[in-house]
Amino acid sequence: MAPVQAQVPPTGQESGIVAEKVRDGIELEVNGERFRHTGDPQMPLLWYLRDVLRLTGTKYGGDAGESGADLVLVGAKAVSAITQPLARLAGKAVITVEGLAADDGSLHPLQQAFIDEDAIGCGYCTPGWLIAGVDLLKRKPHPSDDDIDQLPNLCRCGCQSRVRRAIKRAAAGKAGQP
Amino acid sequence: MSGYGIRLSRRRFLQVLAGGAGALVVGIRVADATDAPLPPALLGDNLYDLGAYVRIDASGSVLIGARDPDTGTGVATALPRIIADELDADWNRVGVVPLGLGVENDNGKPRWSYGRQLGGVGGSIPAAWNDLRQVGAVARWLLLQAAARRLGVPANRLRCEAGTVIAPDGRRFGYGSLAADASKIALPDRMPPLKNAADYKLIGQGAGDVDARAIVTGQARYAIDHHYGDALVAVPTHCPWPDGTLARIDTTDTLAVPGVLKVIQLKPEPGQPLGSTVLAPAVVVLAENSWAALQGRAKLKLEWKPGASAGESSAALEQQAVALLAGDTPPTSRVRNDGDVEAAGRKAARRLDATYVQPWLAHATAEPMNCLVRLDKDRASLVVPTQAPQQAWAVVQRLTGLAPDRIDIRVPRVGGGYGRRLDHDFVAEAVLLAKAVNKPVRLLWTRDEDFTHDCYRAGSVHRISATVDRKRQLLSWHQRMASASALNGRGVPADRLWSSELQAGQLPAALVPNYRSDWYALDSAMPRGPMRGMPHLSNAFAVESFIDELAHQMREDPLKTRLRILGEPGQLALGNDGALDTGRLVNVLKLVADRIEWKNWLRSVNGLGIACWHVDGAYVAHAVEAAMQGETLVIQRVVCAVDVGRVINPLGLQGQVAGATLDALSIALNAAITVKDGQVQQHSYRDYPLAGMAQLPNDVEVITVADERAPAGASFLAMPTAAPALANAVFRASAVRVRRLPLMKELLRLL
Repeated sequence: MAPVQAQVPPTGQESGIVAEKVRDGIELEVNGERFRHTGDPQMPLLWYLRDVLRLTGTKYGGDAGESGADLVLVGAKAVSAITQPLARLAGKAVITVEGLAADDGSLHPLQQAFIDEDAIGCGYCTPGWLIAGVDLLKRKPHPSDDDIDQLPNLCRCGCQSRVRRAIKRAAAGKAGQP
Repeated sequence: MSGYGIRLSRRRFLQVLAGGAGALVVGIRVADATDAPLPPALLGDNLYDLGAYVRIDASGSVLIGARDPDTGTGVATALPRIIADELDADWNRVGVVPLGLGVENDNGKPRWSYGRQLGGVGGSIPAAWNDLRQVGAVARWLLLQAAARRLGVPANRLRCEAGTVIAPDGRRFGYGSLAADASKIALPDRMPPLKNAADYKLIGQGAGDVDARAIVTGQARYAIDHHYGDALVAVPTHCPWPDGTLARIDTTDTLAVPGVLKVIQLKPEPGQPLGSTVLAPAVVVLAENSWAALQGRAKLKLEWKPGASAGESSAALEQQAVALLAGDTPPTSRVRNDGDVEAAGRKAARRLDATYVQPWLAHATAEPMNCLVRLDKDRASLVVPTQAPQQAWAVVQRLTGLAPDRIDIRVPRVGGGYGRRLDHDFVAEAVLLAKAVNKPVRLLWTRDEDFTHDCYRAGSVHRISATVDRKRQLLSWHQRMASASALNGRGVPADRLWSSELQAGQLPAALVPNYRSDWYALDSAMPRGPMRGMPHLSNAFAVESFIDELAHQMREDPLKTRLRILGEPGQLALGNDGALDTGRLVNVLKLVADRIEWKNWLRSVNGLGIACWHVDGAYVAHAVEAAMQGETLVIQRVVCAVDVGRVINPLGLQGQVAGATLDALSIALNAAITVKDGQVQQHSYRDYPLAGMAQLPNDVEVITVADERAPAGASFLAMPTAAPALANAVFRASAVRVRRLPLMKELLRLL
């Protein structure tokens, strides 16, 4: 909300106190960094990430996020970035695939497990699988096959069997091991 | 020997290209006898600018170029490993760069610096085996000579290991310390010998994808992720009818969207072959960013007028095909005719006829069509997600008129190809737009454009009639197929249109004394083009389902029927389709049968199904175990065995085989494009549902045959047999014979 302009200039004691003008735009956190978006509040997060922040790891898959390639973590939940207008993200913290590794570059166990299992085809949908997988492991540290079956992602290269192995490897704490 | 290298073929030479800063750079150049050697002063340090494959720096790091686009096939890993092994490089010190298009100006004509550059059609590794090993061998020879001179020891007393030359007394010299000297040594008169297979260190050992780390950290940049600072984002809407026209347009609301700058109309250029120009009339919104362009596109008020194709439907085409195959109409092409099918049929003890119907398919690449283009006065710079950069070049050259070497095409990793990116209609669009607005353009297709404006795999109807004698020997086989050829509109003569639809040498050709295959042309206005697995995908489903039906009619184990048809191990010539080694085919068949415990075939409560096929000298078999749980089909086990000759990267091959298997199952279970009133009815993954995790088997058990023969391609090898093996398993599990795809819809209809 923009501050209401006072009709009468303040006088007396109040004259030294000026209310801070609330700055315009939407403030959000992406991968631990704070950003302020002053453009169209209806811009979906996907295009903000890709066009404005040039974080291109989150991919366009379809206009309703139906392939899962555009998944990101908001709060701790996996959501499709194309379905999230920035207006809905004020004050929220977003994690994209670029934010999964630690600051020192060490990989998230699931990222390492994807490498270990070579769970990659063309790789375009991989960031979405990683976000969905990280979300799943957070909710269920030891997911069953049925749990893994619920992942919403699509992959035309047919990586599903290797992704399943990678998730199980990460869950078993064996990422990075032979 | 010539003045500039070792001759590989008539026009191709291996060459040492002087690199800067003490680097050794070895590459292949395509040269004419009249060519002067490239002046060293012109050579920079940049691998992109050289016809180079290998660069060894003084620091010892090795950079290897990958020439073929990697669409998820693993060639960016496998091709450099072929070079690295022959070089005895330390793989941990090897970096890989995609080479992009290599083109030079040969008096106004293009000369391809790297030879063949083509991805996703199964030919990358066979081609690389023929020439890239020699790049590594020459580089290694030069390093050995440099070490020999330094030590005063004959080169044949030295050996190489993991980036080091080792002297008889145990002294070691890193390649980096030898690179500068090696770059000054003249090439040998003859090609140095290639390694013996026993000495391979990398070939035959598994390696993970070279781009894996970049991909899992979101740093890998596909074409769609590239930017030029001031490029406009261009989002098209195409006419629902390929031959339709724009009747009315109102752009008021579109142009009112902040950030939208322009609306431009495009049309297919008359006389250009399919895939070289715009696919259908289009209205394109250009804006400062993707969101503005998409909003502008949503606010376009367009009225399209249908063309002559407005009455077309896939259902009517299918009826037409069925009628054609049921009648006496002579075929458009008689593809093969051995013996006398009619005469043999008269002596038959049994006869079987069956008809198989398969739908239209879309490519559904993960990364939608896109292209980044910047046109300057005397240069075009593009980033293109393509499988065939040389064809992309031809489109750009035609539209810009630039000299061959003034067109720079980068090809980063590609988000799936499956044949869609052998066509370059989207490149034509991007170039036409950049010309029109005089600014760089970043073309982006939305998912619905991708689904509704594809070069589809046409639907088909197969009718097979076969006869057997009293000893269950196949007497005759007559296959008739009706489809709309993928080659229409592409400058292919009418009598060759069949060649995208079936092969003269496909199973069981050469195994039946009286064999005939006929192709009937259907007419369709829907654009069609190459697709992963064609023509094997549709033919293997029909043939391998039919053999199962034949076995069932003869009350026989279908594995036994197949083994009888394949007969004794031997080489059968297939003319243009190479040769069929029945021993290798029988071997993969037996491998999957053993693994899935085929001996339980008759007694198993679950259904077991099996199928085999051969593709360009490679062999594949699938065995599937499936069960019905109510109306749910559960695929419990899938085993696939492949024989591709020598395996370069077993881990990569396993990934390709498992991936192609799951892709084929996903398509067979659910996928169909339908056309009604001349329009494609599928707009997103919601109505073209690729299979999710739950519908697919948890694992694919892959068996690779160890073989010494030169490697064959494997990118789609495991596709053709997955669906028939599944359908054959479904028959055992449910007693329902599915003769129409997609399988789930038909199975639920018949249950």
